Amino acid sequence: MTALLGVTEFSKQFPVGGGPGTWARLKRRFTGGVEKLPKVYAVDDVSFTVDEGETVGLVGESGCGKSTLVRALTRLIDASAGSIKLGDRELALKPSRVFARDRDRARIQMVFQDAGESVNPRFTGFDTIADPLRRLRKLRGKALTERVETVASQCGLPLQLLTRFPHQLSGGQRARVGIARAIAVEPDLLVLDEPTAALDVSVQVVILQLLQRLKKEFGMSYLFVSHDLSVVRLLCDRVLVMYLGKIVESGPAVEVFEHPLHPYTQALVAAVPRLHENGSERLRLIGEPRSPIDPDPNVCRFYGRCPRGADACKTTMPALRSFGARSVACHFAEEFLPQPRIAS
Amino acid sequence: MSDAPTLSVEGLSVEFRTRGGIVRALDNVSFSVGKGETIALVGESGSGKSVTAYAIMGILDPAGRASAGRAMLGALDLLSASPAKLAEVRGRDIGMIFQNPRTALNPIRTVGRQIADVLIRHGNVSRRDAPAQAVEMLRAVGITDPSRRAKAYPFEMSGGMCQRVMIAIALAAKPSLLIADEPTTGLDVTTQAVIMDLINDLATQMGMATIFITHDLALAGQRSARIVVMHAGHVVEDAPTAELFANPRHPYTAELIAATPDSAVSLDKLASIPGSLPDLRRADLPPCRYSERCPRKLAACAQPLPHADLGGGHIVACWNPLPAQHASAPAVSAA
Repeated sequence: MTALLGVTEFSKQFPVGGGPGTWARLKRRFTGGVEKLPKVYAVDDVSFTVDEGETVGLVGESGCGKSTLVRALTRLIDASAGSIKLGDRELALKPSRVFARDRDRARIQMVFQDAGESVNPRFTGFDTIADPLRRLRKLRGKALTERVETVASQCGLPLQLLTRFPHQLSGGQRARVGIARAIAVEPDLLVLDEPTAALDVSVQVVILQLLQRLKKEFGMSYLFVSHDLSVVRLLCDRVLVMYLGKIVESGPAVEVFEHPLHPYTQALVAAVPRLHENGSERLRLIGEPRSPIDPDPNVCRFYGRCPRGADACKTTMPALRSFGARSVACHFAEEFLPQPRIAS
Repeated sequence: MSDAPTLSVEGLSVEFRTRGGIVRALDNVSFSVGKGETIALVGESGSGKSVTAYAIMGILDPAGRASAGRAMLGALDLLSASPAKLAEVRGRDIGMIFQNPRTALNPIRTVGRQIADVLIRHGNVSRRDAPAQAVEMLRAVGITDPSRRAKAYPFEMSGGMCQRVMIAIALAAKPSLLIADEPTTGLDVTTQAVIMDLINDLATQMGMATIFITHDLALAGQRSARIVVMHAGHVVEDAPTAELFANPRHPYTAELIAATPDSAVSLDKLASIPGSLPDLRRADLPPCRYSERCPRKLAACAQPLPHADLGGGHIVACWNPLPAQHASAPAVSAA
């Protein structure tokens, strides 16, 4: 399989304490400008690929940099360093303002978290789905109507609902509008940011099955962001686990969830409520994550919260190491490997 | 279960007057929770879980009113109590943890002050001693460096920490009943596990009765001894947790379990629940509000809803319940 999206050594930092106001401006002038301000390392040196037709899950706690990464990939914000390649084309160098009118804009589309909040409340369902078609495909008139109706029916949205405004639609119908808008321009990569987080289980099932079907029909690749691991397990081929801006573990979804190697993944998997078991004597994470502001590059980001943590974690940042199809950034990953399968 | 329940809700009905007509949000809801027992109210959004909690607390929207039923907390009927009496009971005898701690906390008061307020009002603590005790409460809910954190405002804290503060406020006056309305929605799974541990531990320590409201069946299963399943303002099934998962008798409960992502090996195996909640404003609501979605509908379903007690505290409101699949699960002692 060929890589559709390749991300290499991608980083994004945000300066903090920059603020507006005279005092902040004066302080900046005398301390050497924005470059000298402390920075939040939202995403720090992240590399991964998404193959054609693959579904990759991205999981992690809030604040771990999932959304920053996804916003940078969809080219809504600019990278601080690193490369984002779509096919053979380098996208990271293009400012996001310029990319908004780029020919490849249509190839990466996004479904946002809360469909109720991410569509214009003054747009009907039709206008919402038609907007990217008008801007990126320059469709007008009859061709536009036809395309909108085709997409709506592909997403299981009854055509009579197209004249309604978002507040007149149910949660599931809004989610369908959001998905229809994203696939209208036939993207190669669809980024889904917790598309079912606001939905009831019964509706969630229908939307997940719809996504599965669309993927088969159109051969899209998915990058699926979620903190619901039981959903990720069902939908994704491969999964990336992020903690404080770093990828700490990656590999085939089933393996990662059945034998998590990184202590953070272990805690994450243990925290998921299961129907048929009691969760009282499980692994727990205590405390809060370390500060993401100018973190010490030689300390493991998980140190302090990690149940396995040792002195080595204070002095060397563990690098991602491969174990077969999986990669783990932990000094002690070997300890957690299932015994019969120690790879190379 | 202990002999006299801490709270027993009997035949509670709630109506809301709206421009579109009267919404019958709750109809004949009954359940009880004993001392030291944790029960879960489970259902999809719109099933009336939160309205039940608000009715018990007497904090329904002005458009709503409890039109029938009783909610007995000891000898006091919360539904007919005077506002002054209710104000006395809220906070002292009933603590509530709300869904979104950031909006439920006062944004312009430090968290220490907010806990102290409850202690002064309900906890027989003097104004002088309240701040120090508030710090102790923060320590009890596992906040590190509590004396510094007591001076913080809600916006300075993470979602998990705000929820700990909410718990401290709810438990400050050592109530006999705790209502937790989706206490971990919007929190990470790792934080969720820790917060639920905390609520369970404190509830056990203080011997509180806990009503835990959630839409997550798996979480409810882990954390409560008994589950009350609600659908469109009805209690459709009420059973001990292990029994409910082993032998769901109401078709809706069975569908809900089958729709939980955890229960399936692949996405295709996951079942969806056909149809949607009926419009609760309709004058011709069928007696069984699930009957229009139900695959097992009978002619008998047009009669008033039964409340069949299947033994072992398993109650199902259905004329044509599913057959028992396994031999009855081993009896679970009410924890």
